[in-house]
Amino acid sequence: MTFGKSLAVAALTMMTAAGAQAQEAANPAVIFDLGGKFDRSFNQASYDGAERFTKETGIAYESFELQNDAQREQALRRFAERGHNPVITNGFSYGSAMETVSQEFPDTDFVVIDTVVEQPNVRSVVFNEHEGSYLVGVLAAMASKTGKVGFVGGMDIPLIQKFACGYVQGVKATNPDAEVFQAMTGTTGAAWNDPVRGGELAKSQIDRGADVVYHAAGGTGIGVLQAAADAGVYGIGVDSNQNYLHPGHVLTSMLKRVDVATYQAMMDVHNGAFTAGVQVLGLKEDGVGWALDENNKDLITPEMQKAADEARAKIISGEILVHDYSTDGACPVS
Amino acid sequence: MAAGGGDAPPAIELAGISKSFGPVQANRDIDLAVRRGTIHGIVGENGAGKSTLMSILYGFYQADAGEIRIDGRPTPIPDSQAAIRAGIGMVHQHFMLVEPFTVLENVILGAEEGPLLRPSLAKARAELKRLEEEYELDVDPDAVVGELSVGLQQRVEILKALYRECDILILDEPTGVLTPAEADHLFRILRSLKAQGKTIVLITHKLREIMAITDAVSVMRRGEMVRTLATADTSPAELAELMVGRRVLLRVEKTPATPGRVVLAVENLSLTDDKGVARLKGVSFALRAGEILGVAGVAGNGQSELLDVLAGIRPATGGTVRLDGQPLDLGHSTNGDERRAARVAHVPEDRRRRGLVMPFAEWENACLGYQGEERFEGPAFTLDRTAMRDAARASIERFDIRPPSCDLVTASFSGGNQQKIVLAREMERDPEVLLVGQPTRGVDIGAIEFIHNEILALRDRGKAILLVSVELDEIQALSDRIIVMFDGRISGERIAGETDERELGLLMTGIEPGTRAA
Amino acid sequence: MTAPLPRWADLVLIPALNLLLAFLVAGLVVVFIGEDPVEAVRLLLVGSLGSSYGIGFTLYYATTFVFTGLSVAIAYHAGLFNIGSEGQAALGGIGVTLVCLAVPWPYWWLALPFAILGAGAFGAAWAFLPGYLQAKRGSHVVITTIMFNFIASALVVYLLVNVLKAPGMAPETRNFPEGTFLPFMHEILAVFGIRMSRTPMNFTALLALAAAFLTWVLIWRTRLGYEMRAFGHSEPAAVYAGIDPVRITIVAMLISGAMAGMMALNVVMGFQHRLVLDYVGGAGFVGIAVSLMGRSHPFGVVLAAILFGILYQGGAELAFDMPSISRDMIVVIQALVILFTGALENLVRAPVERAFLRRRRKAA
Repeated sequence: MTFGKSLAVAALTMMTAAGAQAQEAANPAVIFDLGGKFDRSFNQASYDGAERFTKETGIAYESFELQNDAQREQALRRFAERGHNPVITNGFSYGSAMETVSQEFPDTDFVVIDTVVEQPNVRSVVFNEHEGSYLVGVLAAMASKTGKVGFVGGMDIPLIQKFACGYVQGVKATNPDAEVFQAMTGTTGAAWNDPVRGGELAKSQIDRGADVVYHAAGGTGIGVLQAAADAGVYGIGVDSNQNYLHPGHVLTSMLKRVDVATYQAMMDVHNGAFTAGVQVLGLKEDGVGWALDENNKDLITPEMQKAADEARAKIISGEILVHDYSTDGACPVS
Repeated sequence: MAAGGGDAPPAIELAGISKSFGPVQANRDIDLAVRRGTIHGIVGENGAGKSTLMSILYGFYQADAGEIRIDGRPTPIPDSQAAIRAGIGMVHQHFMLVEPFTVLENVILGAEEGPLLRPSLAKARAELKRLEEEYELDVDPDAVVGELSVGLQQRVEILKALYRECDILILDEPTGVLTPAEADHLFRILRSLKAQGKTIVLITHKLREIMAITDAVSVMRRGEMVRTLATADTSPAELAELMVGRRVLLRVEKTPATPGRVVLAVENLSLTDDKGVARLKGVSFALRAGEILGVAGVAGNGQSELLDVLAGIRPATGGTVRLDGQPLDLGHSTNGDERRAARVAHVPEDRRRRGLVMPFAEWENACLGYQGEERFEGPAFTLDRTAMRDAARASIERFDIRPPSCDLVTASFSGGNQQKIVLAREMERDPEVLLVGQPTRGVDIGAIEFIHNEILALRDRGKAILLVSVELDEIQALSDRIIVMFDGRISGERIAGETDERELGLLMTGIEPGTRAA
Repeated sequence: MTAPLPRWADLVLIPALNLLLAFLVAGLVVVFIGEDPVEAVRLLLVGSLGSSYGIGFTLYYATTFVFTGLSVAIAYHAGLFNIGSEGQAALGGIGVTLVCLAVPWPYWWLALPFAILGAGAFGAAWAFLPGYLQAKRGSHVVITTIMFNFIASALVVYLLVNVLKAPGMAPETRNFPEGTFLPFMHEILAVFGIRMSRTPMNFTALLALAAAFLTWVLIWRTRLGYEMRAFGHSEPAAVYAGIDPVRITIVAMLISGAMAGMMALNVVMGFQHRLVLDYVGGAGFVGIAVSLMGRSHPFGVVLAAILFGILYQGGAELAFDMPSISRDMIVVIQALVILFTGALENLVRAPVERAFLRRRRKAA
């Protein structure tokens, strides 16, 4: 996609969709991807956002957890037929199903997270995961005493490479001599929910000297963080704030504010302010970032915080350009 | 009862026992009395109900009606534990032993006292020593059962029963797997058990054994008890007639053979199996047209391997076989087709595993191995089921296979009729050479007569027949020439009419009569 | 010495009783989590069979399961337990994808024969090596096919990420040209003036029925099937009958793999119109249960596949309408059905056989 084109689409749809549906009350529905809503990561973040909406407005929402691919269109259509608005889907696999169904229900507002569907009634929310990963890379390089850090991904697919590539760039920018071990968990859906294997991969990286391990592997990451805590080194969480899982052993978490995206979409419909088009949420929009709370405040030194803040400012200003793996399928550093 | 009415109650008394499995009445209103301290034979054809009756006595099955009395007391036997408590022991046709265990461990299995083995083992060792001296039951208590010969394994079974202090011992077809010498030893053991006051029930289909060792004999036919006789008052012919329900010729009528050209020339055949054990060690012989060559020997001395190699289902590791002068390919295990094309037919020893596919319908088995014949070809790779069924029906009629239904599952035929299915299939195509293994194993007397006559008729049509059997009676009755195998070699060759059981028995143990064994 | 049951009891009555038992236990589970089991069953049945929409989805799933079920059943008749339908189906997807993307097909009926060949050839190729290793080296086919499932998924991920990937985030191929889209069942029925809701059910459903029929012909009417069954029941008997174990093992695995690959027609060519990551989604493993339940008979496989279609579609409707029944509960219910129809089959069989015997004896 090009930015100009999506901007034009966004502007166009703002006029049509927003105008047509301003008066309707929100009756939201969320469809979670195959990982399930309690994956403590991506889907759960969306779930948290929906819960927050319900708590604040008192409006209930419907949800569905996918069991197989054929249900994508089915679930979308079902919720649209029942008059739900907005219908929010999570996961990059939703592209073509959304493409099809959104055209069948032009009066329904759809939100697709993690991929782009250019339809007048669809809001596509994508995140600059590489920017957030860059920041935790900076923190990892500074926290590491061995000069070796690790990364455990779920599956060797572009989305995960995007995390990995941003992370490596952050590490190398901070410590050009640092070594980054990378591993992918598997090739089937089970790769996203295999904490045992995640733990083994992290352990092998730790055995080779890594003392900070970042994961982007959904439920598998629980095992990565556990292994890091067991070995007395640091893990880095992803998507949701996972600092609380092993206080003192999770250096930080790369936040991907799927919760905000979900919450915001519901609120926009509720307030009659829904806009279609592409939303790219990066550091600037606070769509990604890193978590600092009471669980890890002793781990982050003032210098580290300063370095991360500086990097953030430079990325926002454009002074640092973090390469996005998904644009060309390649990473300049490894 | 003819064997004399003593004053003591019978050791076993069965009154009005009935048992049915679904529509099949296996036992119908059976009465039987076995006197204490005797050897009592039970004979009958396969499916006559002998085994069912003994299984009821041993608690495997529950009778639908009737009563069991042990020593005059009504004794219900709901399971084999109750049978053991009532003093009944059983030696099954297929041994119930744990092969990797030692003799001692097998003997105490299920009779252990306390959680620790050591005291039980010590007690058993002493007890075994006593039994050994008392009954000639010598077995090394520390030998691993799997490594013992069949005869010794059987002794372990008997020891197991005696160790449980049984007074009544049931033996189901005990001599089927034994050499003549081993069988003689078994009979000595049984006699000394009898002398000690034990009661023995012997199930067998070998009338010779009945005559040799029993005091009384009961004949069963079609689930009913036909008659009980004192052995001294009867004859094999009478027993056979009672079993089958008609007159039976126990010896086949046989004209002298007129051997012709050499059809099959076997030279220096050898076979070493996967484990490196030599199974055939240079076997040579010639098989002529118009003769039956019997291969005698105790099971496991290479006869099975010989048969398999000749039939093309097992590769040889050396030697040649010529069929009418043409060498046969001995290199593959998949030459069955080639042999059939060369008109070598094969009735395998193990019809249940090899000769037949048990879950198949009869008609499917009736062409097993010949499924590629042109007459069975239908359109588009299919089989012509009509032609196959017609062929099956024809052989059912000719070989009198019962029940005469080609759609029945093969497993539901009796052993004799299963064997007839195989024989019909192999003989109908009028082969030049018939390789036949254990043609009457587990086959009832009526069918044995039929099968023997068919084999002889084939010989008289000038065909060459190689007969492998562990039944010496059968070898002697059918063969024109006999070779004896021992340890993968031919230990001797005899003309059928010029030898006897004793001489063949010695050859079967590798001893050339008249010379000292090396 | 048990008398065999009449065929109808074996094929219909016993599975039906097993199913009833499974639903009773599943109902207890539903009660346990505080929902109305009768309502749950109603939702499940109405959701899967109560509308042309539900039926379409049910039969779409069933079509997939027919192929994988037949795949397992064919191997089973030759005494081989093919656990690898999952991986063979994945490869079949690649075959279909290559055929559909290689040529700008003008008409679906022109593309279909080639797609069938592609699906079959790739699925069969993936089954060849396990078959060969079993036949020649005695490496157990259960082990090798499981390993091949993993290799297949790795291969598919590699191809989708590096070779066949369309631009964008998702690891999937670009869309097939429209000329390869198999007609949907609602489109086919519309030609005859029958209205049906829009569902993924497509032309492949008819192919699945044809495949079941051809499998029946293969197993019970051809010489090859005869030899496969002989080999499956007793290897010594097969060798005796001149059947080459190596040949029959490999051939059976090839046919089995080809059948598994065919499911790609339904999912990839008939519905998704592109290859997506992990498109098989466990259908290969469901095929094992389907074959088991269907007694490895093509007719039984079709019935069992429809049952699993009902469970899949009805389960989804249940999850829609009873939010407290999560998708994990649906899996529990499905597992109970497999448990009762497969593993605990004798639980029902023994009493039924006794009942039949009693009846027969009375009649006699």
